[in-house]
Amino acid sequence: MYNASDLRKGLRIKIDGDPYIITEFNFVKPGKGQALYRCKLKNMVNGSQFERTFRSVDSFEEADLQEKKMQYLYMEEGKFCFMDNNTYEQVFLTADQVGDAANFLLENLEAEILLFEDKPLGISIPNFVDLVVKEAEPWAKGDSVTGNNKPVILETGYRIMVPAFVDEGDKIRVDTRTGEYLTRVKD
Amino acid sequence: MRIEDKKGILEKRQFITQSVRDFFCSRNFLEVETPCRIPAPIPETHIDSVASGTWFLHASPEICMKRLLAAGYERLFQICKCYREGERGSRHLPEFTLLEWYRSHSDYTDLMADCEALVAYIVPSLGKGEELSYQKETLDIRPPWERLTVDEAFRLYASMSLDEAINTERFEEILTDEVEPFLGIRKPTFLYDYPLPLASLARRKKSNPLLAERFELYLFGMELANGFSELTDPAEQQRRFAETAQERSHWGKPNHPVPEPFLRDLAKMPEAAGIALGLDRMIMILTDTNIIDDVVAFTPEML
Repeated sequence: MYNASDLRKGLRIKIDGDPYIITEFNFVKPGKGQALYRCKLKNMVNGSQFERTFRSVDSFEEADLQEKKMQYLYMEEGKFCFMDNNTYEQVFLTADQVGDAANFLLENLEAEILLFEDKPLGISIPNFVDLVVKEAEPWAKGDSVTGNNKPVILETGYRIMVPAFVDEGDKIRVDTRTGEYLTRVKD
Repeated sequence: MRIEDKKGILEKRQFITQSVRDFFCSRNFLEVETPCRIPAPIPETHIDSVASGTWFLHASPEICMKRLLAAGYERLFQICKCYREGERGSRHLPEFTLLEWYRSHSDYTDLMADCEALVAYIVPSLGKGEELSYQKETLDIRPPWERLTVDEAFRLYASMSLDEAINTERFEEILTDEVEPFLGIRKPTFLYDYPLPLASLARRKKSNPLLAERFELYLFGMELANGFSELTDPAEQQRRFAETAQERSHWGKPNHPVPEPFLRDLAKMPEAAGIALGLDRMIMILTDTNIIDDVVAFTPEML
């Protein structure tokens, strides 16, 4: 259990059965009056936000959230399947929950799955992943001089701009936070 | 703000603090330093003292200041650190600086006049005119300032009456949400005559025994100072302390020893008035700073 004095930005609490994260917090206290804890909360399941003022007598349940390392297995009917390698437990995430990470999901990629009471809420993948270029226009001489970039398609189906010298079959490193090309990697 | 970037504000802080001292010294107020570690804090429903061994750090220097009044000192001021458990926000620090001043043979209206004179003294010395700007709002600081009773302010701005707000324990919520944003906007505002239960150390108003002679000063919607005509009747003070103890129990808070020497001295105390002004907040306003962290060198989180 949390008390009002534990409230702070980033704290995750359970209200009416849903997990909420406190996105904004301020402590207000008029003169000799009771303390008020003004919070902006975001529902971690559906993203809805609201403001609420709590008082010192209020208490809160901790949201049972945990991050688990899981391996990406496959996609089926628009759902992404991940497995815990220790317990073989499997969970399914929707495309919304996976978000942009879907662009970089390759079989066996290890990801952190955020679970609320054992139900998946979201995913975080490594900042850098290495992926093979599946389709690329052949490199024409002189392209490296002009420094032009060209679009290629990666093995995950993600379309990305790369320097002209990158060829089909090359492996490249991608920053998953920006979705941008970093470098070519040699195996 | 990075500590390296606070230099300009800290220099102004020094200047403002010096101006405050000049103001009171030139009016024959005696500057005193009283112990910040005390065995028995003033019972307050919503102020929690920080323990220091078996004693406490004071939440305000008022006990010792009033005992000095009782000993015959007529005009006193003090600038000191005060401590309140769990108070941390954009306008709160658990260790902060209060300016308190007390005057014998005076009441809360004299303190209001002091506030007007103090601000009128400091602002021009900072190279500002009769207008004070803060966070893009402008205030006319020429006296007289706006005076509104708490009841009037609730009638003007609140969605419910003062009585209803108190009875539903929503006074603070309605005050901060609906009333405070309108206080101290064109001119500084004195919000005055609080219901008696909200002023445990203030004198009862002669013309209305349900009210106490207490006021708060607001500038730009920010509460800056709390003052009152002092209660000087030891028996009534003892009764109010007992009520406060009950309220603290109701809120699930511990009670501490009662400051007996203070109650004893109260019988000798002349009619008087005293006020506490948040110096950090005054410096926020005078340096156009919107977060209290930026007017002190260190916050607790930096230690």
